[in-house]
Amino acid sequence: MRFSVKRNSLWPVTLDVQAGDASEPITFDVERGAVVRLAEAIGDDQAAYEEGTAAPPTFPTTFTFRLPVPSLRALDPARFIHGDQEYAYERPLRAGDRITCVAKVADVTEKETRLGTATFAVIETEGRDQAGELVFTGRATLIVR
Amino acid sequence: MKAGDDLEPLVKEPVTRLQLVKYAGASGDFNPIHWDPERGAEMGLGGVIAHGMLSMGFLGQYVAGVAGPESVRRLKVRFGAMVRPDDVLTCKGTVREVDGNRAAIDVWAENQDGEKVTTGEAEVEIG
Repeated sequence: MRFSVKRNSLWPVTLDVQAGDASEPITFDVERGAVVRLAEAIGDDQAAYEEGTAAPPTFPTTFTFRLPVPSLRALDPARFIHGDQEYAYERPLRAGDRITCVAKVADVTEKETRLGTATFAVIETEGRDQAGELVFTGRATLIVR
Repeated sequence: MKAGDDLEPLVKEPVTRLQLVKYAGASGDFNPIHWDPERGAEMGLGGVIAHGMLSMGFLGQYVAGVAGPESVRRLKVRFGAMVRPDDVLTCKGTVREVDGNRAAIDVWAENQDGEKVTTGEAEVEIG
């Protein structure tokens, strides 16, 4: 689907975000230092992160920005607004996991908003461990204006 | 834990620009609207705004604090209002339903004016 989006008539741009467009699978090592740094940035000092028994529930976001979905990568990130986000877990992520992730555009719609016409893209992500078992799924709505 | 219970609120430290820079580095979200005031102004945001995922992170901390970080099974939030440096967010929650060893909790983060900036729901394993 191809949309012409006019952000205040001064800046016409064309979006080419395709439903079904997906990243390659990428495998990430869940490093304890990365877990602790995210927890520190949040200000979440639970011992489990330092001990390596769990990661903050929002840890999969650290994968998201390293999972290039081709048609989204072409866009200026300053034009994204994050509308909503869901993570569901089969089990906690923890340091030492090797997680293979794929992100894909599940849905694209155009809607009128307060700020003018915008494109709403639903991005689904899943992460599986080395045994191929599902660990988490993510679902985000990005508003592109 | 039973349906209708209000959870103890969690009052976070004021959001700082340094925190947004740390969050950008830790998460990999280098969208300039979170650290470059000029770019934020250019996008009509009046300066930098916090990552939505930071406020979701606060709610993740809250839910993990209630149930234990290993017991969070689902967290879903909607980003409703912008969060800026110096805002003080308070996480609150109410138990909606308890079914066996699972609890569904309504959670939200509100700012110093009582405005709900991020609202959502969580499922945790209990006891």
